[in-house]
Amino acid sequence: MSRLLYLLPLILFLGAAGYFAAPILQGKDPSTLPSAMIDKPAPARDLPALIASKPGIDPASLAGDVRLVNFFASWCGPCRVEHPLLMEIAESNAVPLYGINYKDAPGAAVNWLAQLGDPFQRIGRDGDGRAAIEWGVYGVPETYVVDKAGRIQYRHVGPLSREDYQEVILPIVERLREANG
Amino acid sequence: MKRLLTILTLLLMLTPVATPLAVEPEEILSDPGLEARARALSKNIRCLVCQNQSIDDSNASLARDLRVIVRERLVAGETDEAILDYLVSRYGEFVLLKPRVTAATYALWYGPWEPRCS
Repeated sequence: MSRLLYLLPLILFLGAAGYFAAPILQGKDPSTLPSAMIDKPAPARDLPALIASKPGIDPASLAGDVRLVNFFASWCGPCRVEHPLLMEIAESNAVPLYGINYKDAPGAAVNWLAQLGDPFQRIGRDGDGRAAIEWGVYGVPETYVVDKAGRIQYRHVGPLSREDYQEVILPIVERLREANG
Repeated sequence: MKRLLTILTLLLMLTPVATPLAVEPEEILSDPGLEARARALSKNIRCLVCQNQSIDDSNASLARDLRVIVRERLVAGETDEAILDYLVSRYGEFVLLKPRVTAATYALWYGPWEPRCS
């Protein structure tokens, strides 16, 4: 019994060391934050259309199907990095993409989409960044998975990579599609 | 000439330098009471872009937006607690630089490594 007591500090240390080492070994970036909005309804806010020919985003348009909502801006470098993948997702028709244009000059955003292509079915304008704060966005690009009931189910921070999309996002989309019919 | 330069340099060194403020003049509320509350609140709200700074210290545009939101809500008559609750509901407990005492933070507050920096 007393010997066990001597070992206790070592056991406690190993426990704590393991607890702190695990995220480092898994290569987790501690500055990437979990979303506080998971399972909560996407913020109800009418976002005006960026392009006249394409509707903006209102709460009703977020219900009914599983969708990806991508916050982007023409001034954002990493958005440019993930853009080709967004175009691919749009062409594959795997999941509808909505865009929210974050704190951008409308002209610049329209030019950006004209140059790089427009993967979005709807684009809402968030000129003052208030909608983004409602969603809990802390830096563009961020990509959310919204379920059929219009609730946020997943958030990806930073540019989306092919692995993120295929191994994390798509399985979530499929699971949510199957959920209650 | 040399002595004049020395004196000038010394004088320059003694000039009080205003600490650079992230809070922009146009953000400041006209009511000093509310502004004081805003400053106090902002010091406890983490800027999520530069995660070890408060929104009171940070020049990031998100920090500015959050400062403005804090002030708007103060003007609308919300309590400090309600404003923090709103930010926590959007960004999680991590947005608070001083964590609240909850079941999840008991170890932090009352553990053997109790931080003594109130």
